[in-house]
Parts: sequence; structure tokens; C-alpha cells
Amino acid sequence: MLVELFLDLYSPPCRAIYIFAKKNGIPFELRPVELARGEHLKPEFLKVNPLKKVPALRDGDFLLAESVAILLYLSRKFQTAAHWYPADLQARARVDEFLAWQHAAIQLPATNVYLCKTLLPYFSGQPVDTVKLERLISRLTATLQHLDQQVLAVRPFMATEQVSLADLMAFTELMQPIAAGCEVFRDWPRLTSWRARVEAVLGPELIQEAHRLVLQPRDPREAQRDPQVAQILVHRLQERLS
Amino acid sequence: MGLELYLDLLSPSCRAVYIFAKKNGIPFEFQFVDLLKGHHHSKEYVEINPLRKLPSLRDGKFILSECVAILFYLCRKYSAPSHWYPPDLHTRARVDEFMAWQHTAIQLPMNKILWAKLLIPMITGQEVSAERTEQLLQEVKHSTQQFEEKFLQDKLFITGDQISLADLMALVEMMQPIGCNYNIFLNSSRLAEWRMRVELAVGSALFWEAHDRLTKLQEWDCSTLDPTVKEKIRDLLHRFK
Repeated sequence: MLVELFLDLYSPPCRAIYIFAKKNGIPFELRPVELARGEHLKPEFLKVNPLKKVPALRDGDFLLAESVAILLYLSRKFQTAAHWYPADLQARARVDEFLAWQHAAIQLPATNVYLCKTLLPYFSGQPVDTVKLERLISRLTATLQHLDQQVLAVRPFMATEQVSLADLMAFTELMQPIAAGCEVFRDWPRLTSWRARVEAVLGPELIQEAHRLVLQPRDPREAQRDPQVAQILVHRLQERLS
Repeated sequence: MGLELYLDLLSPSCRAVYIFAKKNGIPFEFQFVDLLKGHHHSKEYVEINPLRKLPSLRDGKFILSECVAILFYLCRKYSAPSHWYPPDLHTRARVDEFMAWQHTAIQLPMNKILWAKLLIPMITGQEVSAERTEQLLQEVKHSTQQFEEKFLQDKLFITGDQISLADLMALVEMMQPIGCNYNIFLNSSRLAEWRMRVELAVGSALFWEAHDRLTKLQEWDCSTLDPTVKEKIRDLLHRFK
């Protein structure tokens, strides 16, 4: 029985898991969960993850949520190459440190920029809240500055001397504002070269495959194909961005 | 130079690290970084952690931040009993799952309550609206419900019969609103019973020692607060509007 991965490739942590599994030849059954159709809120999915979020994993009877936990689980179960999550005490601690920090420091602001600039207007039909967007962008910028001037000033990758889970998470998360037309790499030379290094390791085809959906403009006709769902999503997005 | 832990026990993350180190007899030097005096912005501390957050660990030349990373590091380096971070693939994943989820689901909302109900009015003289406070309380209620339904369920502890890092982390964070006299454990007897079990597993004396500063927070004379720190706090106000 194959591991099942419940993913929506519009979501950065889902892409991280997708890329990780593919890159490491981990066999899995892809279970698409379309966030834009509110599938994460439906009873069938709540049986898999009552926290109503993707990604989620099912391995026989075992259910697991949270991208970091899923990445660690896959790396242990399938004994992936050591550089993803090094055995050395201090190197491992650096990866743990980054994985803990990135939730609020990268994932939250990067995704919020995308939600505010692209997704909320898409579902609500309302123009972008530019005041809110500016505030969200400035929070993201503070993180980008830290990454470029502190983190990457002392090493080639986010946590260690080689690509690790830290880089995978950071990369897919920083692509989210790119999908919203925010050039997060433009002003930051070290981040730009880091991006190229990560792409070289992961492989441009795999990255393109994982990012194809999110980088495409959404079809405006699809937004109201289920108006009730759209309304619920708008409400949730507004709450999240408030 | 031995292990140094940079802490202020007002912070739940610091309490988790403190309790874990003490409970496991890990020798360390307690480096007090007084959040109420704004010492996390001092030149000395910024050298340790440019992000100005607590806790931090210094082990020789090695400096580490992030509570979850510090707990894992201490577990490994000092070979803590395996129930704290069980080696079984599935059980370990349960701990990882909670430790990942708690950042935004528990820590953030619990802290926001303390800010909204006590610290912001105290420091800035401005009240946070009843509407906004109620919204934050609802967020907290929702999170603790999810905690009970998904993580705790009918077990004694999150991973089963024994305490783990997940329970320790969960509890110190859920204690945060106590600083403003808001006791979330009154909402659920299951949660209250679990709280007691965790306290007993850790040891009541150690548990309350770690929470002493928090319980006295309302007595704090904030007129001593550094004006630059006051400014920084005023900047946070918009998040509570």
C-alpha cells in the first residue's frame, strides 16, 4: 500500500513535499485536494485532517498533518540522503531552527501577500486592499532582508553547507509571492544566487512541474462556479488577513 | 564555559526550555534577559540573537535559537529519556506534528490574549476594543478545541501514556493568559485534567517556579520601561485594532 499525499500544488508546503517525494524517488499516491473548491473543508477531507489544511499524509491507518512533520516522516521512513536532515548534532539543530522559524517568518508573510494580492480579489471580485498589501509586503521584506544579509551571508544554503529541508521549505514559500507578481528576489543578490543553487540541485524540470499551477493566471470564470464556496473562502481569507 | 540559556520566564518558549533542562538535570547557566526592561534589544543580546528573540542557547561557540530546535538539541545531546521524543516513527511524527502546528495555532493566539488584555492597556494606556478581544478569545477557544479533538483526544498525554515535549510545549503556552488572569482550563475538564497530569509529571514545584514571574506580571511597574521599547510596542498596536 502506497503512502497517500493529500496535496494542492497551489500551496507552498504541498509543493515542498511533492518535490521532496519526487526527488527522492518515494512512491506515493497523489490525492489532489482543491482548496479553491473548498475541498479542505468537506467531511471526507476532515476525516484525513480535522485541522482543515493541506498537506496531509496517510500511510495505511496512520494519518499525519503539518508539512514539517511529513517531511521528517518521509525522510526517516525512506531513509533519504543525509544532507536533507543531517545527523550531526549542530547541523541538525540548524535545520530544526530554520524549520521552526520559517512558519511565522517566511510562510505566513509570503502566503499572506499572495492571498491579499491574488486570491482574495479573485474570489471576492473586490479590488486589492493596497494599504493592507503594503503592510504585508513590508513584513515580508523584513524577512527577505534577514535572509539575504544575515542567513545567507554566512553559508550557501539556509541551514547548512548543502541543500536541506530548510531550503526546500524556503524555496517553495518564496515562490508564492512571485506567483502574485511580487519580485521577492530582485533586490537581494544573495537570495538570487541561493535560488539558482537550489534550482540546480532540485532540477529545473521538477521545479517547473511543481509550480506550473500556481504560476498560471487563474481563470476568472472559475471563481464563481460555486458561489457558496467562494463566499466561505472570502470570509476565511478576510479573517486570516485581518 | 558551560551551556548557557538566555531566558526570561515570562516567555512560554523559555519556560519550556527551562523546565526541560531542570527536569533532566542538564547543567546550565541561566542568563536572564529581562523582556520587561527591553534587554532583548541590548547590544550584548543582539550579538547572541540578531532577531532579538528568546530563548537562545550558547554551547561554546555554537549559538542556537528557536525553542523547538533547542529542545531537540538538548534531548539529543544529553540523552534525555526517550518518552520526551520517542524513537518510534509514528509516535515521533505525532510530536513533530504538534510542534509544527503550535507556532501559529497555540503560541500566537495565547500570547495575543496577554497583550490585548494586559500589556497593551498597561503600556500604552489604550484599551483594545471589546470586539477585538472577543475575536481573540474565540480564536483561542477554537484552537484549544482542535487541540483536544485532534492531539489529546482521550489519551493521558499527546503521544499516549507518557509526557513528551509536545505536552510541555502545549502547556506552557496555554498558561500564558494566566498572566492576565484568564484561565483557559476552566472551559474544559478534560483540558484541566491533562494540565494537572503534565504539572505532576514535570513536578509541581518546578512547574510553579517556572511560572512565578508570569503570575506576578500584573504587579509590574511599567513606568520603568525603556522609551524605545515603548515605541516598538506602540508599533504593534495596529495588529490589535
